[in-house]
Amino acid sequence: MNSLAFPFVPLNRTGSIPLTPVPSLPDSDRKPLTKKEVSADHPTWCPGCGDFSVLALYFKMIEKRKLWHEKITTVAGIGCSSRFPYFVQAHGAHYIHGRALPFASGISLSRPDLHVFVFGGDGDAFSIGGNHFNHTARKNIKLTYVVMDNQVYGLTKNQTSPTSPLGRKSKTDAWGSADRPINPMKQAISAGATFVGRTSATSPNHVLEMMEAAMDHDGFSFIECLSECVEFFPGAFDAAIPRKGGKFELIPPSHDVTDEYAAYRLSDNPWPGQFGIFYKVNRPTKNASEAKIIADHRAKVTGLADWQILQKNFDRMK
Amino acid sequence: MSTTIVPGTPGAIPQISQIPEAVIRIAGNSQDGIQAIGGFLARLAGRSEQEVMTFMTIPSTISGGPSIFQVRIGSGEVLSAGDEADMLLAFYQHSYDNHLGSLRKGGVVLYDSDHVKELLPENLSKYRHVGVAISGLTVEAIGGSGRDKGKNVFALGLLARMFDLSVPKLHKLLEERFTGKDPSIVQNALNCFNAGYNYTLATAHELFRLKPGENVGHNQVVMSGNEAIALGLLAAGVRFGAGYPITPWSDIMEMLRRELPKYGGTFVQGEDEIASVSMAIGASYAGRVAVTGSSGPGIALKTEALGWASMAEMPLVIIDVQRGGPSTGMPTSVEQSDLNIACFGGHGDSPRVVLAPSTVEDCFYTAIEAVNLARKYSTPVILLTDQGIATRIEAFPEPDLKKVCQDISPDLSPIADHKPYDLSAADGITRHIAPGTRVASGKYPVVTGLEHDELGHPTGSPKLHIAMTSKRRSKLQKLGRELPVPKVYGPSEGQILLVGWGSAQGPIQEAVKTARAAGEAVSGLHIKYINPLPEGLEQIFEGFRHVFVVELNDEGLYGYGQLAAVLRARYCNPKIRGINKVDGLTWKIREILDRARALAQ
Ligand SMILES: Cc1ncc(C[n+]2csc(CCOP(=O)(O)OP(=O)(O)O)c2C)c(N)n1
Ligand code: SF4
Ligand SMILES: [Mg+2]
Repeated sequence: MNSLAFPFVPLNRTGSIPLTPVPSLPDSDRKPLTKKEVSADHPTWCPGCGDFSVLALYFKMIEKRKLWHEKITTVAGIGCSSRFPYFVQAHGAHYIHGRALPFASGISLSRPDLHVFVFGGDGDAFSIGGNHFNHTARKNIKLTYVVMDNQVYGLTKNQTSPTSPLGRKSKTDAWGSADRPINPMKQAISAGATFVGRTSATSPNHVLEMMEAAMDHDGFSFIECLSECVEFFPGAFDAAIPRKGGKFELIPPSHDVTDEYAAYRLSDNPWPGQFGIFYKVNRPTKNASEAKIIADHRAKVTGLADWQILQKNFDRMK
Repeated sequence: MSTTIVPGTPGAIPQISQIPEAVIRIAGNSQDGIQAIGGFLARLAGRSEQEVMTFMTIPSTISGGPSIFQVRIGSGEVLSAGDEADMLLAFYQHSYDNHLGSLRKGGVVLYDSDHVKELLPENLSKYRHVGVAISGLTVEAIGGSGRDKGKNVFALGLLARMFDLSVPKLHKLLEERFTGKDPSIVQNALNCFNAGYNYTLATAHELFRLKPGENVGHNQVVMSGNEAIALGLLAAGVRFGAGYPITPWSDIMEMLRRELPKYGGTFVQGEDEIASVSMAIGASYAGRVAVTGSSGPGIALKTEALGWASMAEMPLVIIDVQRGGPSTGMPTSVEQSDLNIACFGGHGDSPRVVLAPSTVEDCFYTAIEAVNLARKYSTPVILLTDQGIATRIEAFPEPDLKKVCQDISPDLSPIADHKPYDLSAADGITRHIAPGTRVASGKYPVVTGLEHDELGHPTGSPKLHIAMTSKRRSKLQKLGRELPVPKVYGPSEGQILLVGWGSAQGPIQEAVKTARAAGEAVSGLHIKYINPLPEGLEQIFEGFRHVFVVELNDEGLYGYGQLAAVLRARYCNPKIRGINKVDGLTWKIREILDRARALAQ
């Protein structure tokens, strides 16, 4: 044998598009991206949907923090909220229902040069993707995850979600939901997330503040953002909206964000609870621990080309 | 074991017979290290320019239990692990009772007389019996610790004597195996071996000497199919993988986990198979073909994601080490019943490439080809192997690694404009750019499972769905036209053509040889590229009266195994029929020929 029917071939990256050289700009000469430059398809959300606000604030953060198109990757699963990547003019992936986190982990673990942002809904995060949520948090994989929680299945038109409050009527629970809802804060803290924040789409400055803090966190950063589904669960978050007579109550500055038990107790506050950073600690990321494993192994093969490293394996098999 | 008598060595047992090959079956409990003896014999053969093939059974319980290891060593071509053994090494009464039947008439049974006590008189006349108090003598050899750990090495010494194997080479193998351990361990092993070797096999009437190997001048390497796949992936430039443990796939992931960091890569143990395939797809999207794998049940879990990779046209390699199914099935048995899920598993029209290597050497090169095809056609590729090939050990010429190793790192240089799903691309193939690539036009692609336009943005247009479905199909039809046409093994005309895939290649070729020697017009055809199929098969089939597809899977509702059904659907040729079995064991030559003769009646 010894000969491959399909040897390595370099790939033509562009198909029929002519390959013209592109001058590279030093980052210092590049202007922050405007909203126009960073928006792509016009969102397909219902007018008034809370998700618009989250998208607008993502744009704002990109502009404010001078993130470049090519340096961010936007990933989502399936749901209304998960349509997000189509609306962002940057590299993006719209993956399958509930599995955006492992997909994003594959990017994060192989490309330390990128900021990976994941957006999705409560069903995507806590029902079909529940186990991935726990393990991505536990492994502390560096990425930012914003769950746009509307406490309902929007895309599939009003079924009970894992965060739907007890007694809420839906197409799958005509008499009201009977199952205890998931508390996203508790879920994230107990799973081992190292950044756990909570905000509401109706408080734009706070959303931006949370997103920036999450992005700056070295680890798995999770934000629950209440985002109203005006179509199927209107008024769900009125209690947290001052304009509607509710109260948007911030976590008191005295809260110690590194105190896991205090964070857990905060999560138990009666509806609509408080907003801000519940929990934030520094723990080695999987990205860092894998990098260390690699560095240790590479130290033993310094100066060797890949084929020479492989040769050592073959030598042992003679 | 046809024998030629050569003059005896003075002072030793008078008769040494020169033999071209030997099939040795070692039967005992897995915790006695019988795999280790088999491994030593296989590696010795590799270093002696001989060909070798092994077959083993894994006990299905964790604590060990009855297990066998069969080694076939030959100076010429070795195509299967052998129908019948020339020698049985039996450690226990159950080994003796259960495996005597695998010995050819007149074969030698070497047994541990400390454990095997009941010898049936009718067997005594049928097989040559050589009893050695293996357990007791091992304890003696290592200074009477009361434990017989090391009796496998003692038995290896006996075999070395019996087959006149190279003692210096075996000493070296033993030393290599135990280097880094306590020197007393090496010494104990050598003591055990020497005690076995020096035991006068007075009750054996005949000793044997294997003819020198014919693979002179080749540097041979010896490994299992699973090892060859892992090393092939490393050579191919794969630097990211993710998987979830399941037998018999786990060996591959364990090896990649150990090895990848040396190359700057990572292997992640995911929380399940869905997470694993998703991480691999994410890493592929990030610019470099990544790998995931599993066995039957885990492959089923990966199929939704596979559909995404097919839709988004994302390169990906999925290894499926088949085992007996469905469900948990026969987890330690060999079967080829995942061809359907590999070719068609999933929802919607989701074309993908399926390849099946046939030998351990082929596992190494096919792993590289899988990566290259995934890249070239921007597609998921499934590599189908099976429990038989995964665990069997073979020797093959050492690859020229400097030539074979390849660099598949992504090109992240800026680009003027880009449309991944460009419908006007001359070759009809999708090209992705990895995140990190700046696009000067400011228009960035999205990769998606929704039907999409050329930039990856969703569309509900029937026209685009038709065009994109055809695009995904056409590129694999193009690959079909580029595939090498398989060569007929034997004359291209005759009565019977035995068609096989995967690990069936060796047994089929040996069956062809055996039948031809008996004057029957039988040829063989091995299909490596399963999906798409290569062209030119119907012309090959024309040369034969019967086309029998030999597969380790069920005959199905309509009488055809999984590949047979695909071939019938493709060629509408009624002479294509199936020879199938699901007994969990690899093909015996006799089985194939008996079934083929009966079917041809
Ligand atoms: C495997 C699979 N099962 C079910 C669906 C159907 N589905 C799509 S979105 C969705 C729920 C979405 O709810 P959520 O994640 O809360 O997102 P929202 O639409 O509310 O933003 C379901 C059940 C699917 N696409 N894939
Ligand atoms: S259905 Fe609800 S969640 Fe979906 S877009 Fe409309 S308002 Fe938003
Ligand atoms: Mg929802």
